[in-house]
Amino acid sequence: MQPREVKETHEKNQSLWLLIISPTIWAMHFLACYLTAAIWCAKYSGPDRSLGIVREAVAVYTVIALVGIFLTGFLGVRRHRFQHPTISQERDTPEDRHRLLGFATVLLSGLSAIATLFVALAAYFIEKCD
Amino acid sequence: MSDKNPTSQDESMADVEPLAHTPSITLRRAQEERLLQTWQTPSGWRYWSSVNNSDVGLWYTGMAFVFFLFAGVLALLMRIQLAVPNNTFLSAEFYNQAFTVHGSVMMFLFALPIFEAIAILLLPQMLGARDLPFPRLSAFGFWCFLLGGVFLCGSIFFNAAPSGGWFMYPPLTSKYQTGIGADIWLLGFSFIEVAAIAAAVEMIVGTLKCRPPGMRISLMPLYAWYVLVAAAMILFAFPPLIAGSMLLEIERAFGWPFFRPAGGGDPLLWQHLFWLFGHPEVYIVFLPSVALIAMIVPTFARAPIVGYTWVVLAAIGTGFLSFGLWVHHMFTTGLPGISLGFFSSASEAVAIPTGIQIFCFIATVAAGRVTRSVPMLFALGSMMIFVLGGLTGVMVAIATFDFQAHDTYFVVAHLHYVMVGGVIFPMIAGIYYFFPLVNGKRLSDKLGYIAFWITFIGFNITFMPMHFTGLRGMPRRVFTYPAKMGFDTLNFISTIGAFILGAGIAVILWDLVRPKRKEPYSDRNPWNAGTLEWLQEMPGKPWGIRSIPEIDSRYPLWDQPNLLRDVDEGRFYLPDAEELQRETIVTSVIDAKPQQCLRLPGSSFITLYAAFTLGGFFIFGTYHWWGLAMISLALAVGIISYWLWTGPISEKVEKDVGLGLTLPTYLSGSASITWWAMCITMLADLTAFISLVFGYFFYWTIHDDFPPQPSPGPGLMWPLTACALLLGAWGLTVLSVRWNNHNQSHAFYFGLAAAFLLGLGGGAALIAGPWLTGLNPQEHVYPATVWILVLWTVIHVLVGMYMQLYCIARRLAGRMTARYNGDITNVALYWHFTALTSFITVAVIAGFPLVA
Repeated sequence: MQPREVKETHEKNQSLWLLIISPTIWAMHFLACYLTAAIWCAKYSGPDRSLGIVREAVAVYTVIALVGIFLTGFLGVRRHRFQHPTISQERDTPEDRHRLLGFATVLLSGLSAIATLFVALAAYFIEKCD
Repeated sequence: MSDKNPTSQDESMADVEPLAHTPSITLRRAQEERLLQTWQTPSGWRYWSSVNNSDVGLWYTGMAFVFFLFAGVLALLMRIQLAVPNNTFLSAEFYNQAFTVHGSVMMFLFALPIFEAIAILLLPQMLGARDLPFPRLSAFGFWCFLLGGVFLCGSIFFNAAPSGGWFMYPPLTSKYQTGIGADIWLLGFSFIEVAAIAAAVEMIVGTLKCRPPGMRISLMPLYAWYVLVAAAMILFAFPPLIAGSMLLEIERAFGWPFFRPAGGGDPLLWQHLFWLFGHPEVYIVFLPSVALIAMIVPTFARAPIVGYTWVVLAAIGTGFLSFGLWVHHMFTTGLPGISLGFFSSASEAVAIPTGIQIFCFIATVAAGRVTRSVPMLFALGSMMIFVLGGLTGVMVAIATFDFQAHDTYFVVAHLHYVMVGGVIFPMIAGIYYFFPLVNGKRLSDKLGYIAFWITFIGFNITFMPMHFTGLRGMPRRVFTYPAKMGFDTLNFISTIGAFILGAGIAVILWDLVRPKRKEPYSDRNPWNAGTLEWLQEMPGKPWGIRSIPEIDSRYPLWDQPNLLRDVDEGRFYLPDAEELQRETIVTSVIDAKPQQCLRLPGSSFITLYAAFTLGGFFIFGTYHWWGLAMISLALAVGIISYWLWTGPISEKVEKDVGLGLTLPTYLSGSASITWWAMCITMLADLTAFISLVFGYFFYWTIHDDFPPQPSPGPGLMWPLTACALLLGAWGLTVLSVRWNNHNQSHAFYFGLAAAFLLGLGGGAALIAGPWLTGLNPQEHVYPATVWILVLWTVIHVLVGMYMQLYCIARRLAGRMTARYNGDITNVALYWHFTALTSFITVAVIAGFPLVA
């Protein structure tokens, strides 16, 4: 066994935080979109109720969020495929636990990416505040 | 597990085997004798001082069920009233109280507490732990729940119950309902919410730190995953409601205009804060219930769950997405369309993880060979009902459809399909499944089948027609309706259905309470389940588990040969209680490596005293008897301090827990469970504070000039002084940890005393800002908001100062030393959060007016 690999699955270097990075990115993206639109429409939108730069802002947020989610998902994929490209994560070894957490990260990244796109679509379709 | 990859083990990962030989029968008898003596449930009236999870969990579950029946009876009264048009069975006022109490009790006194109750009852069993990490905290939570619940339910007998609907919208609940009802709701539930947060702390620490050795996070029962997610959600969902309730109560009691437009307030802020709690709440009660299904389905399918990781995804994903839905309760309040779009799409997205877990259950059923049983029937029934509720949920998540259906019986139908399918049916399935763990007897299969069909049919007859009543335009929360509006027949059918449903519940109730003395005890593991809770003897012993096993599988009873024998014969960890002290094992978060032999406190009435005095503060506060309220609060603080002061102190540094393993009995800092508990509690606390800050900025968005010009205060000087002093207090507290650890007593005492004084000065300076600039909180929402941020911070500083004195006293008394330094470490952690709170407060109240 390679020392590097021992290190990688060692409990000390593991954490649960990776799991929630993508959903957290989704949450930040969601809040950023909502707050930007809400503040714009309450404070800066003129009588024509135009969305102004809000839609561009949402597009930028979305790209940033998707890149973050993609990177997190990539880390997950790497863990998921660690050592053996097997789908079993049910056995009692540190590697299986490592792969399972990786796979869960991938799944959560996928879900977060979909949910992020859903939110962005609202700004794609809607052209005015109201 | 036999098929382990031999190359993948480094030394520390090697599995521990149980003792190869049976300990002698004399030794085992002696061990059992000592365990029994240690864990014995007190008898007589002292029974109520028990803190054992099996007792507290049982009381909790029973009481939640009593509240459920109470709210159910109210529902039947409402259905009688609505059976025919222009009915006069109930007065309008009583009807308002009835639906408010029905909804509030079902949500706050049944759905949420039953989650905590079942988790307290079962989680330690599922995790092979002797008890939860803070047994007295569970008992404290129960007594709070009991007192607050009885207070709220009792009010309806005095015609004084809240009547503003379970979501208490102002101005109805502020300007137009001046009676005591709304105060009872606001203060009574704030009290219970504090208990809910305490339970959440317990659940999180329990699942992460009290698993049996070897139960890696990837082997954890799904129930534990769901509980972990739901408890984490409580930390972020409940604080906004606590903050909102505080604002509304202050408006009612002292006239600060948070929600009154005449004073610059806005009732919409309440809706934001309420639903920021209210929508996640739905998932907080749904996830732990569906978790029961995740335990039941594999047992009866005789197969491991299909897609374990996918279910984990569903739990975590739902947990997150459910926080992006709150505005879908506010679609008709005139928010910008684009905002509605965001929330609508998030509401659609949450259907994905919810659907995934249902598919996993269906796949498990399809993959296994299902045996017929009552729990399985209720589980399947719940999935059917829940899926229907989910589908109407997808409908109302579309804003344009919601505009039509909002506040009609369509929503009533939807939410009952979701809650009954998502909470009540799984709960009944769980009751039939887990009942043998409670008193060793089984519930009747025959009555179970009868009850299922009556409730299932009754439920659908009640609520299916409501979809149509709603689409025909009948608004919810009206005490009667005129004839010939097209509502008559549908309502009559619903009423008949409600009584059928009630009859089904009555059958279940009878099955639960009917005498079972003559029946034989159930076999052990009667359903041939694979998870640890079924190790329990029938009837159970107060010690929970005879010895704490090493776990190598998700379904240890299926996969680990001789597990039952080895646990029973005490061949695993902690088979004894040599010192007659309650103990359990604390393990690491990821791989559950043993870290500590945790000493647990035993039976005590102190939890009851603490709950009742703290309750006194809230109840006297309801009647605005502030003197009594403050006395009660002071008593509570004293009692809780005594409780902490007298907590168990281990007489030995290390303990041999068996199988050649020696563990420390005391840990501090981030390795200790109390540090985790403090950190988690403070996260919730910070969330409440952030909700108040959100309020400040919310008012900024709705006003053209906020702060009003010319800027009325609090100025720069006093807030900045306060910030400097409080950061100083924080710094000295952190340094005191070092001084304590290096045994520099003088520096420690001096530093902490100086920190106390800086705290005092900082708090005073913070108050001086708005005080000296003459900000009057009753005048306008701006001064009110500044004051609320200041007061919140000052209260936290005061608590922090009390903690500093406590640490000084602990060290003087020799109860805190350089090694036993948990107190000061946790206090420093508290001060990290307080420093952050102070900094944000000052940045907002002094900094933002400069920017705006």
